[in-house]
Amino acid sequence: MLKIENLQVAYGGIQALRGIDLEVPDGKIVTLIGANGAGKSTTLRTISGLVKAKAGSITYDGQELLGKPINQILEAGVAQVPEGRRVFANLTVLENLKAGAYLRKDKDGIKKDIQWVYELFPRLEERSWQLAGTLSGGEQQMLAVGRGLMSRPKVLMMDEPSLGLAPLVVQGIFDIIREINKQGVTILLIEQNANMALKTADIAYVLETGRITLSGTGAELLANESVKEAYLGKKRK
Amino acid sequence: MQGLLPYLINGVSVGGQYALIAIGYTLVYGILRLINFAHGDVFMVAGLIMVYSSATMPIYLSIPLVLVLTVILGFTIERAAYKPLRTAPRMSVMISAIGVSYLIQNLAFYFTGGLPQPVTNPIPWISDNVTLFGESTKRVTLVTPFLTVALVFALVYLINNTKIGMGMRAVSKDFETAQLMGIRINSVISMTFVIGSFLAAVGAMLYFTNYPSVAITSGGMPGLKAFVAAVFGGIGSIPGAVVGAFLIGISEELIKGLGYSTFSDAFTFALLIVVLCVKPTGLFGEKVTDKV
Repeated sequence: MLKIENLQVAYGGIQALRGIDLEVPDGKIVTLIGANGAGKSTTLRTISGLVKAKAGSITYDGQELLGKPINQILEAGVAQVPEGRRVFANLTVLENLKAGAYLRKDKDGIKKDIQWVYELFPRLEERSWQLAGTLSGGEQQMLAVGRGLMSRPKVLMMDEPSLGLAPLVVQGIFDIIREINKQGVTILLIEQNANMALKTADIAYVLETGRITLSGTGAELLANESVKEAYLGKKRK
Repeated sequence: MQGLLPYLINGVSVGGQYALIAIGYTLVYGILRLINFAHGDVFMVAGLIMVYSSATMPIYLSIPLVLVLTVILGFTIERAAYKPLRTAPRMSVMISAIGVSYLIQNLAFYFTGGLPQPVTNPIPWISDNVTLFGESTKRVTLVTPFLTVALVFALVYLINNTKIGMGMRAVSKDFETAQLMGIRINSVISMTFVIGSFLAAVGAMLYFTNYPSVAITSGGMPGLKAFVAAVFGGIGSIPGAVVGAFLIGISEELIKGLGYSTFSDAFTFALLIVVLCVKPTGLFGEKVTDKV
């Protein structure tokens, strides 16, 4: 289980996270929804080790991750699919996947996992020799997720995978998220598309200006009046 | 026409030496977006180490020593002067690079007493005279282009087909995402400095074989010209740097052959100005086609 306690992060004088508590149990899909600037990305980036925290703790299976270098956090089994896809445009699709497995040394395992990713995303196999920069937005997102899976993470964190994609493609991405989860990968998902995220998630948290204000199962929050009003665009009658 | 042939051959050779230096500029720029102004001075130091080591020890020790010490110098410069500035604005790193350049020259001044150090024991075999088309030249002129091309092929293979090469390409595109893949960007950056310094050391040994002495300012001109070559070819591109270096080397020597020796340096720098005005990305420069 990935467990976050009293996490505080500040950029200069600005408090981005004001002490949040979060639990991501094994095998679940957990989502964190919230408006722009609520601190969602900061949360993921702090877990990955890109951003330093002011206080608090982040543990995975009891092992403290906070303050560790990024590659050790990845080795502990926590990987991130960054916001905006960020595929390596100058590398081929296959090389992008291999880059995802950079820390691994088991060549046979890597080969197997490339096949696994190709099964999840057949489109990537067709384009394996293409430069990633020539892919469409949806394909790049598939590649970013596939690349994230190549480190064989126990927890895969995704930062707005639906950003800038057509509704039909978004549906496909969420189907894949469920599929990956069924195959045993725990998911921590950040979304502005609250409707899709809450429908997909087992557990959901609402983040507002650096604080967790609500939590519950995905279905509970979908039915919650204030969530409906703030994030689902439904008016209170 | 016959009279120009030796100049052409010389030009290919000089071009090869420029290419070995230019790769150092272009590699570092490709990854750090930094013009490493100290690179020409690293080249000069390699020349000095060659002079001292070849005077005191046998050739099979002195060549590896030049390579190793130059690589250590390049590595140390990056760790001491650029790494602490990783998150600083690019201008700060550039100023740091200029500072390193002057520091190295002044240290070299201290060690040499400011006197040009004569190349008393040039590397044998390549410094022998050979006769080519009726002209006498040193064998290094013939060896340089082949050695350069071989090293460039090895480097391109390393970058395109090995894991560290893939890491270098990933880091050159996106530091943060590369880190998320577990790539240690600091070791990748160090690697580029190691490769750049290694090639500069090879270039220095070839270059100074043709010269009577190494002075503390000896790195200036070849360094600048290699930099022009890298810009001309498209900074950040290895094939660009190599092609640019050969073109500049050949042009300079042909201009000398036509009797305009005085203008050969001016030509190179005029070329820089024209390239920057007409095609700032150079011959093979990165096209900006990033999708948003």
